[in-house]
Amino acid sequence: MFEIGLSHYMTVSAILFTLGIFGIFLNRKNVIIILMSVELMLLAVNINLIAFSAYLNDMVGQVFAMFVLTVAAAEAAIGLAILVVYFRNRGSIAVEDISSMKG
Amino acid sequence: MEIFAVFLPLFGAVCAGFLVFVHSTDSHTPNRIDRAAQYVTCGAMILAAVAAGVVFQDVVLGQNPHTVELFTWIDSGAMEVSWAIKLDTLSAVMLLMVTVVSSVIHVYSIGYMGHDSSIPRFMSYLNLFTFFMLMLVTSDNLVQLFFGWEGVGLCSYLLIGFWYDRPAANAAAIKAFVVNRVGDFGFALGIFAIFMIFQTVDFETIFAAVPDKADAVMTVFGFEFHAITVAAVLLFIGAMGKSAQLGLHTWLPDAMEGPTPVSALIHAATMVTAGVFMVVRFSPLFEYSETALTLVTVVGASTAIFAATVACVQNDLQRVIAYSTCSQLGYMFFAAGVSAYSAGIFHLVGHAFFKALLFLGAGSVIHAMSDEQDMRKMGGLWKLIPVTYALMWVGNLALAGIWPFAGYYSKDVILEAAYAADTLVGGYAFWLGIAAAFLTAFYSWRLLIMTFHGAPRADKKTMAQVHESPKVMIVPLLVLAAGAMFMGYLGYENFVGTGAKAFWGEAILVLESHPALEAAHNVPLWVKYLPLAVAAAGIGLAYVLYMLLPGWPSQIAVRARGLYQFLLNKWYFDELYDLIFVRPAFYLGRGFWKGGDGSLIDGVGPDGVSAAVRLLARRAGAIQTGYLYHYAFAMLTGVVVLVTWYLFRNLG
Repeated sequence: MFEIGLSHYMTVSAILFTLGIFGIFLNRKNVIIILMSVELMLLAVNINLIAFSAYLNDMVGQVFAMFVLTVAAAEAAIGLAILVVYFRNRGSIAVEDISSMKG
Repeated sequence: MEIFAVFLPLFGAVCAGFLVFVHSTDSHTPNRIDRAAQYVTCGAMILAAVAAGVVFQDVVLGQNPHTVELFTWIDSGAMEVSWAIKLDTLSAVMLLMVTVVSSVIHVYSIGYMGHDSSIPRFMSYLNLFTFFMLMLVTSDNLVQLFFGWEGVGLCSYLLIGFWYDRPAANAAAIKAFVVNRVGDFGFALGIFAIFMIFQTVDFETIFAAVPDKADAVMTVFGFEFHAITVAAVLLFIGAMGKSAQLGLHTWLPDAMEGPTPVSALIHAATMVTAGVFMVVRFSPLFEYSETALTLVTVVGASTAIFAATVACVQNDLQRVIAYSTCSQLGYMFFAAGVSAYSAGIFHLVGHAFFKALLFLGAGSVIHAMSDEQDMRKMGGLWKLIPVTYALMWVGNLALAGIWPFAGYYSKDVILEAAYAADTLVGGYAFWLGIAAAFLTAFYSWRLLIMTFHGAPRADKKTMAQVHESPKVMIVPLLVLAAGAMFMGYLGYENFVGTGAKAFWGEAILVLESHPALEAAHNVPLWVKYLPLAVAAAGIGLAYVLYMLLPGWPSQIAVRARGLYQFLLNKWYFDELYDLIFVRPAFYLGRGFWKGGDGSLIDGVGPDGVSAAVRLLARRAGAIQTGYLYHYAFAMLTGVVVLVTWYLFRNLG
């Protein structure tokens, strides 16, 4: 029978992580998409942590996953708040327009 | 007493120098500061003159030449130099002359510079100048002489450029300094040559050793020369610079940009005669070099005639007198050149009085004419300023060499000595000297008539303000006039007459083979009367041309246009030097500045490095696009590289 093992979990998480990375790089439109991509990458890491926790019978991984979730939630809240303020100031959250750090 | 005579002017200069920095908001105090500066400097000078009189009494009349060693200056190997005051007849005569003329001019300056805004500075410079001049004449070694020599040069620079807000004054000051530098270079080389030959710079030791070294040779640029000739010629080049002789004379007329008392003190009576003094001081050296003496004679005589011709066509009152000074210095030099050193000094002392008188008289005229210096805009002044007029007569009579004024005695004896030298150059000097005497009388009376006679050529406003100078300016003129009148008569016997040998003692050495001065008293009668005759002729010509036929001079100038322009432009010396030295120096300087310094050193050095840094910084800055995904990509790439490296290292 087809059994779902550690390597499957890791494959999923790797795919999710890569999706997140490409979401950041290839996205030329919206900062929100970057935030979502970051969220996606955190979730990929969570899957990894939980898969290894189950595999190694070690609860520390799951505890860490809870922490990551909390931090991700806070981060999403703060990130969105910043975005709102940013939009009010600049009138745009298009990635192409955000380049004031240019040398 | 010697120390007082030499160092009182320094004391005055320092005191007045401090007063320059005393500032006050009270409106009366500046005036009081000016007064204090005038009193302290004049007081110091007059006391110094009194002390110099006492010294003169002791050294010359009491036959007591001596040297006062103050302290050691340099003691290094064979080189030993002391600060000293050497007093023999020569330096005592110079000491007395310098202090007396200087005190008189100090007093005159109180009146002349009365309205200037920086009186303490002026008085301080004058006093400092006198100190350096006294150091120069009383030195007993070449290095102290050089110290005084450069010191008077410095003060000359400071005083020519005293009105530093006038560009012309600054230019003249720099010119004087630079041209003197050329002469000083020769002088410095002369000192080195002396040290090479004699291993000492002390006068007495040198003079004692000269006969032993009379045939010594010296190698210069691979050629062998007579050593004493080399040293003497180099020293003479120094003297040429300081005494404005032909070739290095260009600074003197320009130096008239300074205040008139400065022209009188520095550029007529004292500093410019330092060259003559030095040649006379080195008579024991020059006596052993016929070549050097010939050179001195030729240069002196040429300068005498050159400057006299130029003086005949100049229109600036001070410049005429300046060229006249140049010409008279030429007389002193060719006197020294024919071994009539004492006649040179005799003329020097008399000249100091009557030339200072002329300059101060001219200053008085300029003062009366509201700072007008152009003689073409004067005329008709003699009734308005009779005292100055009379004093200018005295000065001009003395300058032209009319009996019984100072110039008559000294100029006659110089010309007689030149004739009696009975050499080719002696004859050259004699005839040029006679011609110059004629021209001297001519331009003196041209000056007198253009300034004081004829119809007034100034505007009414200036003429209405013409006034006689205050007493503080007239009294000094009277003192100088007394010198100009009686100096020749009083000094003749001792300076150049029968008492000369006892008078000069060992200060001047003349070899048996150069008997010009003794022979000067036995020349034919026509030689004795020729100078007086040509002087009278010169006066007559000037009287006819400028008094009786005032239209003729300009007619002559038009007819002989080439000659007139040649003389008016001072034989084109300035233009020639401009072409040969000044402009190439400018081009060279510009080349070094733009090419060497600008392009090469700055271009490769500071500017190049900074440009490279800026370029790199701009490139590095361009990496920062400001786009978030670029930074994220860089982070990821970094992580990937690190992880890969880590893994492969562990695997490997």
